[in-house]
Amino acid sequence: MSKKIQNIIDKQGFVLADGATGTNLFNMGLMAGDAPEMWNVEHPDRIIKLYQGAVDAGSDLFLTNSFGGNASRLKLHNAQNRARELSRISAEIGREVADKCNRDVVVAGSIGPTGEIMGEVGTLTHEIAVEMFEEQAQGLLEGGADVLWIETFSAPEEYAAAAEAMNNVGADWCGTMSFDTAGRTMMGMTSADMTKMVAGMDFSPFAFGANCGVGASDLLRTVLGLSEAGADRPIIAKGNAGIPKYVDGHIHYDGTPDVMAKYALLARNAGATIIGGCCGTMPEHLAAMREALDNTPKGEKPSLDMIAATMGAFSSDNDGTGDAPMKQPRRNRRRAIRSQH
Amino acid sequence: MSEEQDDIILSELSDDELVLQMYDDLYDGMREEIEESVHILLNRGWVPYDVLTKALVEGMRIVGIDFRDGILFVPEVLLAANSMKGGMAILKPLLAETGAPRLGNMVIGTVKGDIHDIGKNLVTMMMEGAGFEVKDLGINNPVENYLDELEAGEYDILGMSALLTTTMPYMKVVIDTMVEKGMRDDYVVLVGGAPLNEEFGKAIGADAYCRDAAVAVETAKEYMAKKHNQMSA
Repeated sequence: MSKKIQNIIDKQGFVLADGATGTNLFNMGLMAGDAPEMWNVEHPDRIIKLYQGAVDAGSDLFLTNSFGGNASRLKLHNAQNRARELSRISAEIGREVADKCNRDVVVAGSIGPTGEIMGEVGTLTHEIAVEMFEEQAQGLLEGGADVLWIETFSAPEEYAAAAEAMNNVGADWCGTMSFDTAGRTMMGMTSADMTKMVAGMDFSPFAFGANCGVGASDLLRTVLGLSEAGADRPIIAKGNAGIPKYVDGHIHYDGTPDVMAKYALLARNAGATIIGGCCGTMPEHLAAMREALDNTPKGEKPSLDMIAATMGAFSSDNDGTGDAPMKQPRRNRRRAIRSQH
Repeated sequence: MSEEQDDIILSELSDDELVLQMYDDLYDGMREEIEESVHILLNRGWVPYDVLTKALVEGMRIVGIDFRDGILFVPEVLLAANSMKGGMAILKPLLAETGAPRLGNMVIGTVKGDIHDIGKNLVTMMMEGAGFEVKDLGINNPVENYLDELEAGEYDILGMSALLTTTMPYMKVVIDTMVEKGMRDDYVVLVGGAPLNEEFGKAIGADAYCRDAAVAVETAKEYMAKKHNQMSA
């Protein structure tokens, strides 16, 4: 139920979400290329530790270890028949951790993209996508997830398919996209486009926003874009803790807890209500974010210049909102007009 | 719809006009028009290699520039690449017959645990378009897949792609195994994928990180030119 999230917003003005799943699991021994979802069964103790780490650091909401738990992704590990089961268990473990906590903690069932392409040049049909998302959603609900959480999407078609699946199973949900290509999603969607899309959906999310992508500055620019396009519901910000680096055999994200605390405050000032981290965000980052959000009043909306000055330069000059760069000007002659035969 | 009344009749355009029109048609992802134009140029006596390089490759280079600059995005580039593919399908058998020059041979694949192949497919198409021979191993490749293929053929370049935090370190597993087997220096290793960056590519021992398909082509060409110079020196 999204009511749980609303209650927390009403009480403290924001929701602190969780941090990274992959980075945390790597630190517990996950090997590159292996499916994190298998650990729900093979190492439930480590999944408890993952969730508990976020809760103990002050998160009001955490995502289940089910990001790649759809049939399309699990197929790589010959586990395409286990989407519902692995998703259910990820939520059951989450429920256990949340219910033991002496404050309200929301279990959000993570649903990542299928990894396949939809639309004109794609291979995945709308019907099959809906079916896959529905299967995973059912598992997550059976396991006791409070809300479902679509994340890291880049195609509007896939977001719509997931929305339909959420509606089919009667789940409250939130949904974020990843703006990693010149400030847009890989498929070219701008932040303003997303606000418009979500407002016009038949089956719309409780909250929407951005996760992952290319570092904190870009993510904050996206949040500003979502907000300024007239967001009519809570905005989610889940940015990476800096940029990935390879240090001593491990992936290390270079954002410090202090940097993530600044990011959290800027995200709130930029219009986000549900704030967390993505790749590289560890419990110590979350604790610093909690401390900052609790002890700092909400401030004025930051300008792009201020974001760049605090968090570093953007990855691209613009993000497709406002004065976007134009497609190649046509040569000065008549364009072909194709009649549809 | 536009007010223009007449369709452009491709076969009535001069060679120069037609090639310019092909750039536009590639940019707009119009496969049938590209196929038709390729046939027209061939019928006019163009050698297949010129159709490839002067029309298709140049057209895709323009697409690549706007992709790099954040003006075109994946859906448009996929359509453009699909049109290019249509033209290539006509030219490929002819190029084989005429013994057109090959720039180099590449093995490419998405690493173990990773399903994402959009970027890799784009690189494959753009590399082929630029005159490379590419063996695409698809998604979810364990280290053996890469090494077996490299050993089975005559390759110059290994390309790896990863889109997830949980899969990108696997590229290092592959490179480390190549080092162990003493074959690392026989190949140019290029890596790519949204979460990567140049520093990461260097740290895991790749020759270069390529931020997109257009950069991959340029980088591969540079390395091939270097290799060529070394051999003739």
